Amino acid sequence: MSWLDVGPLDGLPPRGARVVRVGVIDIAVFRTGEGQVFALRDQCPHRGGPLSQGIVHGYRVTCPLHEWVIDLRSGSAVGADTGCTPAFATRVVDGRVAIDVPGA
Amino acid sequence: MGHDTGLTREAVEARARLDSGPARAKRKLVLVGNGMAGMRAIEELLELAPDLYDITVFGAEPHGNYNRILLSPVLASEKTIADIMLNTREWYDERRIRLIAGDEVVKIDRARRRVIAASGVEAPYDRLILATGSNPVVLPLPGKELPGVVTYRDIADVDKMISAARDFKHAIVIGGGLLGLEAAYGLQKRGMKVTVVHLLPTLMERQLDPAAGDLLRRSLEERGLEFRMPAQTKEIVGDERVRAVRFGDGTELPADLVVMAVGIRPNAALAKASGLACERGVLVSDTMQTFDPRIYALGECVQHRGACYGLVAPLFEQAKVLANHLAEFGIGRYAGSQTSTKLKVTGIDLFSAGDFSGGADTEELVFKDAARGVYKKIVVKDDKIRGAVLYGDTVDGAWYFQLLREGTPIADFRESLLFGQAHLGDSGLAGAAGVTALPDNAEICGCNGVCKGDIVKAITAKSLFTLDDVRAHTKASSSCGSCTGLVEQLLANTLGGDYSETPAKKPMCPCTIHTHEEVRQTIVREKLKSIPRAMEFLEWKTPDGCHKCRPALNFYLLCAWPGEYEDDKQSRFINERAHGNIQRDGTYSVVPRIWGGVTSAKELRAIADVAEKYAVPTVKVTGGQRIDLLGVKKEDLPRVWKDLSEAGFVSGHAYGKALRTVKTCVGKEWCRFGTQDSTGLGIKLERTTWGSWHPHKVKLAVSGCPRNCAEATIKDLGVVCVDSGYELHVGGNGGIKVRATDFLCKVATEEDVIEHCCAFLQLYREEARYLERTAPWIERVGLSHVRDKIVVDAAGRQALYSRFLVAQKYSQVDPWAERAHGKDAAEFAPLEART
Repeated sequence: MSWLDVGPLDGLPPRGARVVRVGVIDIAVFRTGEGQVFALRDQCPHRGGPLSQGIVHGYRVTCPLHEWVIDLRSGSAVGADTGCTPAFATRVVDGRVAIDVPGA
Repeated sequence: MGHDTGLTREAVEARARLDSGPARAKRKLVLVGNGMAGMRAIEELLELAPDLYDITVFGAEPHGNYNRILLSPVLASEKTIADIMLNTREWYDERRIRLIAGDEVVKIDRARRRVIAASGVEAPYDRLILATGSNPVVLPLPGKELPGVVTYRDIADVDKMISAARDFKHAIVIGGGLLGLEAAYGLQKRGMKVTVVHLLPTLMERQLDPAAGDLLRRSLEERGLEFRMPAQTKEIVGDERVRAVRFGDGTELPADLVVMAVGIRPNAALAKASGLACERGVLVSDTMQTFDPRIYALGECVQHRGACYGLVAPLFEQAKVLANHLAEFGIGRYAGSQTSTKLKVTGIDLFSAGDFSGGADTEELVFKDAARGVYKKIVVKDDKIRGAVLYGDTVDGAWYFQLLREGTPIADFRESLLFGQAHLGDSGLAGAAGVTALPDNAEICGCNGVCKGDIVKAITAKSLFTLDDVRAHTKASSSCGSCTGLVEQLLANTLGGDYSETPAKKPMCPCTIHTHEEVRQTIVREKLKSIPRAMEFLEWKTPDGCHKCRPALNFYLLCAWPGEYEDDKQSRFINERAHGNIQRDGTYSVVPRIWGGVTSAKELRAIADVAEKYAVPTVKVTGGQRIDLLGVKKEDLPRVWKDLSEAGFVSGHAYGKALRTVKTCVGKEWCRFGTQDSTGLGIKLERTTWGSWHPHKVKLAVSGCPRNCAEATIKDLGVVCVDSGYELHVGGNGGIKVRATDFLCKVATEEDVIEHCCAFLQLYREEARYLERTAPWIERVGLSHVRDKIVVDAAGRQALYSRFLVAQKYSQVDPWAERAHGKDAAEFAPLEART
């Protein structure tokens, strides 16, 4: 496991997300309304839209470009759409958020 | 609003947690009737509460669940049985539903809460659903038991008809209704010589008036069907097998196959035998419960508020309510359905809806063009559509049906009603107005590139019934929506009249059962002032809504409580959160406000400096007389805004459901035709209205004379100056569906213009549904309504005007300047990673 610290939990808006650039890829770090943290590659499996900019609801985010709905836990599209974006493990220790990006 | 009966969301969640624990066994749910209605209820229930019940399903037929409304295409060899299966055995297995097919339930022991099947199998229940459907009516004629006499109801009947068509020549169908004609058409396609016998002089007399019935008869005759009507059948003649049919006048027609298609009767036998109250059907309440509250019923077997239904759309609405109740979101009510019909005979366009029998106090609007084979009749009562019959041209069926269900007053467009909704201005559809004639590769949805063939295939292969289903599976009609009418037609043509139209009472989104109007009224009445509070009070089904309802709630709260409600930026679409327009590559566009389209060398220089400093890749003049800086990186936005702000610019809100632009022409200051100072008035209007949030974007324009160079008559509100004053026009649109404005009124002074304009905008803010532009809003509520509120009722207008000004006190704060000075800094800055 290679945990990357991405700052305090307070830095993430509830029902929102922020982006962290790791190497050449953007990773979206989400915080749900209940305070859980998830990380997905910031790229919708449909047309590459930035998921970090979407509306977060429950365990889901809606892509701002064409309204695909992606499950934050798995990175998979919900409903009739099929596709998946990579998901990364996260942890919150002492109020700080870290994500596990293999090879980073 | 049904706040009285339901549990709070917390209670539901708490109970769900209890249920999932090992301490409590699941309750037992039994469904009697493995048909479309019952299984739809089960599917709806699984969506809401997948783990609440152990489910057992009994079906009298030995198959899985199939789409009964597609039996006619199977008979006509256009589809196979495999095409119309809805749920296979695997489907039941995957969901751990016990399916007992081919075994009829014969008894309900209500005291011991068990059902008993013919084979002796028993199943206990905590909740029971009866969906026993209907039985075909069999005429009490001598000879009705002869081999070769069939009804038309299920797969077994279709099998008998198909095998008869292989071995025999002559078929007689008794009954000239929808089902009879579809049977006749199918048998004829399979090579039989078919005669339809009908008791009455008009075909499909419950759906058609005599004129349309005659047109239908003629075109079916052209296809080779024969008719004997009015004629009463007296006897079916034969020894080993049916040989002929004898009529009341003593004559006979030869027949090797007789299909009785004279109607259906609710199958309430089991319910009756179990002591449940029944009349024609099983009596149910608005929550789909029988007189025994543990026992629910739905579908063709029930009688609700005196009505029995034989089409699928009402069954689906019932299934939703029933599932809600079983899932203990006990707030849904079924209030009955309006139905429409479409005949599934290839090449015949026929649509009917509502009540068109006429009567003393009704009026009829009729259009008839015999040469083109087109007939339309609309029955109007009290300024509203009561019924419609369309033959030959059914493009506008869905529109008339919508007007009927919503009770839209038609006085404002009565003179053009029969010519249909103007489709001519629609963009992206290459002028297609009807779908039947289109080839499979014709593009229906220009936004997502979806062809007719894709949609039809998805409807049958994936068993789609609703517009939302088609949107989810094909993406057609899910973007700009201009092809919605065509997609609805494809649904109707593929499924016949049974397709599930958008229900009359349409919830805001799947998170709630409430309509936009109910939500807004409740927010005001109950003084709900935050999204969580509104969701709690209105018993939202999801913990924090979805991308559809949250932005709508945010706007409704903002509109209801200006200055009090704290805007929830996480509930705004990204464009409104980042105050720029997201582009396909994730960058943003920046459009500074240029008041009335009038700028200066100094302003242009400032824009040029920003463009160079931030290496803006594209600078474009917009349609709204402004300048668009495209391709700005999100993290640069606050600095770009700071520079623009220092040069005197504010946000142009080009990204928002907000006041966009006020387009002007140069007016009488320069133009030799100008009658008033259109430019100056446009600037005043923009200064007064900028910053206001709306259900959708709003564009204004002021033209200095009727030459209308500012294109004011395709704007949400357009002012056309004339020598004697100012004409106000509303509800125009230059987008997907071009719509010219309606004339609202003429006023004398610039102050009048501003007061009327602001009052109109406030009325739109308060009454339109979120994401509804002014054009469809006005078409829905009627121009007269808007005129009453804005022109006739002067005191009301002034009240609207002052409410608008109050809201403006809080919304005319430049969002760019705020963010240039540090507000929401985290929104724009990326996170930093440290190992």
